[in-house]
Amino acid sequence: MTMTMMAPTMFGALILFMIIGFPVAFSLAALGFTFAFWAISLGFFKPEFMTNIPLSISGVLANELLLSIPFFTFMGAILERCGLAEDLLEGTGQLFGSRPGGLGYAVIIVGAILGAITGTVAASVIAMGVISLPVMLRYGYNQRFATGVIAASGTITQVIPPSLVLVVLADQMGKSVGDMYKGAIGPSILQVSIFLLYVFFLSKFKPHYLPPLPPEARTLQGWPLYRKVLAGMVPSVALIFLVLGTIFAGWATPTEAGAMGAVGAMVLAAMNKRLTWPLVWEGMQSTMRLTAMVVFILLGSRVFSIVFNGVDGNLWIEHMLTGLPGGQLGFLITVNIFVFFLAFFLDFFEIAFIIVPLLAPVADKLGINLIWFGVLLCVNMQTSFMHPPFGFALFYLRGIAPKEVASKEIYLGAIPWVIMQLMLVAVVIFWPASVTYWLDKDTSVDIDKVKLDIPIEDQRKEAKDPALEMMQQNGGATAPTTPAPADKKDPAKAMMDSAAKDGAKKP
Amino acid sequence: MKPLIKFAEGIDWVNHKIGWVASWMILLSCLVSAGNASWRKIFDNSSNGALELQWYMFAATVMLGAAYTLKRNEHVRVDIIYGTRAPRTKAIIDVLGIIFFLLPSMFLISKLALPTFMNAFNSGEMSSNAGGLIRWPFVILLPLGCALVFMQGLSELIKRIGFLTGQYNMDVTYERPLQ
Repeated sequence: MTMTMMAPTMFGALILFMIIGFPVAFSLAALGFTFAFWAISLGFFKPEFMTNIPLSISGVLANELLLSIPFFTFMGAILERCGLAEDLLEGTGQLFGSRPGGLGYAVIIVGAILGAITGTVAASVIAMGVISLPVMLRYGYNQRFATGVIAASGTITQVIPPSLVLVVLADQMGKSVGDMYKGAIGPSILQVSIFLLYVFFLSKFKPHYLPPLPPEARTLQGWPLYRKVLAGMVPSVALIFLVLGTIFAGWATPTEAGAMGAVGAMVLAAMNKRLTWPLVWEGMQSTMRLTAMVVFILLGSRVFSIVFNGVDGNLWIEHMLTGLPGGQLGFLITVNIFVFFLAFFLDFFEIAFIIVPLLAPVADKLGINLIWFGVLLCVNMQTSFMHPPFGFALFYLRGIAPKEVASKEIYLGAIPWVIMQLMLVAVVIFWPASVTYWLDKDTSVDIDKVKLDIPIEDQRKEAKDPALEMMQQNGGATAPTTPAPADKKDPAKAMMDSAAKDGAKKP
Repeated sequence: MKPLIKFAEGIDWVNHKIGWVASWMILLSCLVSAGNASWRKIFDNSSNGALELQWYMFAATVMLGAAYTLKRNEHVRVDIIYGTRAPRTKAIIDVLGIIFFLLPSMFLISKLALPTFMNAFNSGEMSSNAGGLIRWPFVILLPLGCALVFMQGLSELIKRIGFLTGQYNMDVTYERPLQ
């Protein structure tokens, strides 16, 4: 076994170990250790190499950005049952009800609003499915259309800031979450527009699929109707401000914004008299288990990737992918097709933690703006919620749909929406300005310069605390009272830095 | 087999209780983090101790909750093949996976991480940030959490062997955790 064969062997073993079906976190860690021992016995690594592993893992546990995983998940768990979605859907449903496809528009718009409040898909799909699906079916909507529009509108949450997916991708790419959010604004608007246009054209060509509500179903008129709409909109705007507003204004880090959103959702639930201890406790427990599961994948993948990079696996991947015909475009198209099919087998988190770290450095080498690349992958992975066999949105919908809706109808109903999501992938690939237009012009230039001379660790440090960074930029008024943010050295990061330096493999 | 099953159920009980602590960390860290941001905005200063507290709690959520998550069979798998196997085959895959993947890797991480904790504990090391917290309660979480997962792995191993030999009844159904 030569050194150059280690990386391909390890990659092959990765596929083999994962497909067995044992929990990914442990398979990855075991794979990393196996190859580390092997490389040591062949003399490729010094035995001290092993001490890097716990240091790298401590870095994961001390990562402030990853804290937003529990916060956004917890917020979603509360929001799902706090009564906000009901208010929004009833109001907008009645507002648009008189026109054909009205409930379709309402679901898409409410999906976008919920998406701008929360960062998890489950909350949107479940809340909208429970409320809208029975109404749509009762008034003669086509089953495929009804289930498709609800699942798709729920998954837009993934692209619209403050999406959890964007936070995790920003972390893996070493970019700031704020920039990632700004980059996602354009594609979010495009996605919502594409969906609305589809409903519009469908209502012209197949009006019997989505009939207008009969007058007796439109109980609210005039002022009571507007009051109902406002009852949904006012708390939504307040929550959007609490989460997104504080991030963009630089008052809170994305993590803190997630925490405030969760507290805000609890306050809203209390105002709607929905806040019960079982609801909160259930949310705490499921959030804890999801967080432990997700971060354990990351721990396992750290063990894997530290060894994989040790045997020059990163160079091997880079060599393979930079050799693709068509340069940037060839790379992007190949990677997107690859990720699209990978999403049939892997969850978003597995792709983000195992695959993205292999791809991001190559994209960077090819001169691809990493914000653009991240948003593109995010749009692409949206589809993984929508296609069989494991599309989560379909799965949630199956859980709450009435018996007379066959599973087959739910799967078939998803197809047009997956095609529309893929159209957006193509648009973002061929029109990078849809992402970069929303980034600050000067910083987007700076990013390209910065990345040439500053090692990734430093970029990560910047990405960790955009709030403090913005405070500094905003001048001296706040800077003196902030306890020396520039010197704030993260101890675990320092350990990792030193580990990276002295733990290098044998020359 | 009987005493072994009792031992496994003892581990389950302990990790259930520890999982309870991990669940509480979710709500508490959320309140601490929201409090930090509000405090900084309103009073224009912040405490490094409180900032560190939130990631201590995050680490506690993960490392104390992982064993209970394993007990609930909620660590994500690639179930393209696994999902359609018979219960016996699933149990056999799990037994092999626990013996060859889970136990060794958790043992190694625990063992490799232990010296860092011993150093921090013996020296009483404090965080390098002004007003920061003492380090060892954070550093212990990695070796401790992996040791707990190791113990839970033993429990799952015993239960599955009991299941395969017909001496223990259990449900090996796996559902992908919701996200």
